[in-house]
Amino acid sequence: MTDATAARLRPASRPSLWDRIGQGRNALGLIFMLPAAVFLLLFLTYPLGLGVWLGFTDTRIGRAGVFIGLENYEMLLTDHVFLLSVFNTILYTVVASILKFALGLWLALILNEHLPFKAFFRAIVLLPWVVPTVLSAIAFWWIYDAQFSIISWALIKLGWIDAPINFLGDSTNARASVIAANVWRGIPFVAISLLAGLQTIPPSLNEAATLDGATSWQRFRHITLPMLSPIIAVVMTFSVLFTFTDFQLIYVLTRGGPLNATHLMATLSFQRAIPGGQLGEGAAIAVAMIPFLLGAILFSYFGLQRRKWQQGGAD
Amino acid sequence: MTISRRDMLLGTAGLAAAGAAGGLVTPAFAQAAPKYTPEKGASLRLLRWSPFVKGDEDQWIANSKKFTEKTGVEVRIDKESWEDIRPKAAVAANVGSGPDIMLVWFDDAHQYPDKLLDVSELANDLGKRYGGWYPGLEGYAKRDGKFIGLPLAAIGNAICYRESAMKEAGWSAFPTKTDDFLELCKALKAKGKPAGFAHGKAVGDGNNYAHWILWSHGAQMVDEKGKVVINSPETIKALNYARELYKTFIPGTESWLDVNNNRAFLAGEISLTANGVSLYYAAKNDPKLADMAKDIKTAQLPIGPVGKAVELHQTTSAVVFKYTKYPKAAMAYLQFMWEQDQMQAWIKESSAYCCQPLKAFANNPVWTSDPNHAPYAKASETLRPNGYAGPLGYASAATMADYVVVDMVAEAATGQRTPEEAAKRAEQRANRYYRV
Repeated sequence: MTDATAARLRPASRPSLWDRIGQGRNALGLIFMLPAAVFLLLFLTYPLGLGVWLGFTDTRIGRAGVFIGLENYEMLLTDHVFLLSVFNTILYTVVASILKFALGLWLALILNEHLPFKAFFRAIVLLPWVVPTVLSAIAFWWIYDAQFSIISWALIKLGWIDAPINFLGDSTNARASVIAANVWRGIPFVAISLLAGLQTIPPSLNEAATLDGATSWQRFRHITLPMLSPIIAVVMTFSVLFTFTDFQLIYVLTRGGPLNATHLMATLSFQRAIPGGQLGEGAAIAVAMIPFLLGAILFSYFGLQRRKWQQGGAD
Repeated sequence: MTISRRDMLLGTAGLAAAGAAGGLVTPAFAQAAPKYTPEKGASLRLLRWSPFVKGDEDQWIANSKKFTEKTGVEVRIDKESWEDIRPKAAVAANVGSGPDIMLVWFDDAHQYPDKLLDVSELANDLGKRYGGWYPGLEGYAKRDGKFIGLPLAAIGNAICYRESAMKEAGWSAFPTKTDDFLELCKALKAKGKPAGFAHGKAVGDGNNYAHWILWSHGAQMVDEKGKVVINSPETIKALNYARELYKTFIPGTESWLDVNNNRAFLAGEISLTANGVSLYYAAKNDPKLADMAKDIKTAQLPIGPVGKAVELHQTTSAVVFKYTKYPKAAMAYLQFMWEQDQMQAWIKESSAYCCQPLKAFANNPVWTSDPNHAPYAKASETLRPNGYAGPLGYASAATMADYVVVDMVAEAATGQRTPEEAAKRAEQRANRYYRV
């Protein structure tokens, strides 16, 4: 028997505090939200706040720091390794995201057609996404090995090249190689999400357009793309965020080498903070990623999502 | 290195009459040692790095068991991958709870010296009775005249090469000077059996090689006061040498991490590299590589213009945290583990991977059991602390963790920058950590 029914059985008494809480909409709502709020505060707000705070201190592992204002950031601005890592991160994110979007959309469009063994292919496409990142990174590590690369081996056997390709040893090659690995891993997410979006487009629109004599390019340009754009915005926001904060792939493949040519802000932050013991500086590097991430989010929301029809207007 | 009679007499001054005559350490000396009686109901937790050779772990556990049998103190041994030791130890020191004893790397102990138990009494006694600590190892464990840790071992690094390739290149004995070494590498390259050293972010191999380049030419990161002096004519000379040497390497060493040289060597792609003894054992323990194992020889890294062998190697020490509830038990445990019977057995079972911290243990049979072990026996002797000649601490640790020396050598060697530019950049980077 609940308290509420118990209260009804005692008509003479005034509703107790508990009853009022139990029946009041606002109080009950607050109570139901409390676990989520505590969870967010404890596991998101607090660590984030702590990270931001650490960025303003000279904390080292094993020693609490003192507030030093913007000194970490001033030091970073004159640190060419940090500046290089910012450049690398932006290059990595921009190139990988564009490739992932283009290839992912292409793949989604193909999978949306009537193919034999459609379900099988859709499942296969997900594989790179399902494999744990570290495992696929180790596989790529072998693929890119300076001596034992399967690609080099195959090309040498074919007689196309004489010496193994220096995948991870040359700055340009190394950047291209890690981007390729990241793209391979990220395509399924984009492709499957966009495929889901494609399937929500009513076939009647395409049929009507076909009857009106629209070419397939026109149908793609004026039906598919506009209908898909909200999904694209969300998917690409996530994709950019994942890429920007990538760590495992780089750490396994190069640790930021050769000569820091593939050091991302995330890997540099770790290198400085944990093995280097400079928690404050590491935190400052991590915090320095936030403006970029916010920028990416704002861009996708305001740039890609502002469509009239999304706000209930006609299109 | 053998212990001189003088060392022995000094070390055992009070007991000289008791039997120093043979110069051997007999149980009689143990009586001079400080006595630690474990607290009642004591138990210990030790966190160590995951062993590289199985014998090391087995013997360590066996020794600990003996301690438990003798004293009734349970010792729980946990292990962590070696790269995780540094943050774990720092956090334990900071938070004030965790394992009682930890085996840590390099200058870790200097990052939180006030959180560590002073083990000077024990260390001085061990030093006295066993011929003294090797200075390099001692430097890592001592701060302001006090031992904040007990030196445990140097993980040696040495040249591993294929004898057949060397002979084919026209050399009958392995060169001991850097100039001759360069000639050998050139000849090896001409024969299509090049050398290869890690120029990538290889924590162990990369740092060992880069520091050897630097130190063998008399260059150093900082002076005694911690002032950065890397941008020096010696460094330029060292980097020019590295550049010449790099030209003889197999392509792709810029991307090499710690295992790449092992892989390339075992596959026969390179005929010369530097590594721990594990490389030799990888070939020896593989029946398919029996022929190669017979062809593998080891040698000390060549001596440069500085005129003596100086190398980084890897170092590990044992530290006791001040927060331990059973400091006496911890001291008793360390004392027991470092005594001749246990320590010698452990060094032996570590198959030349771990080089003794005390000079008296240099006669360990492991060093003569295989000629290939001999170069590794010198590790403790040639070892020079990281961040030489400055003080150890945050700056030295952070400079190594940021690969400042590795990057400098790689930049200059690969021709990405001139030696002058590379040295200047290293100076800037090091100054960020060594700033006052």
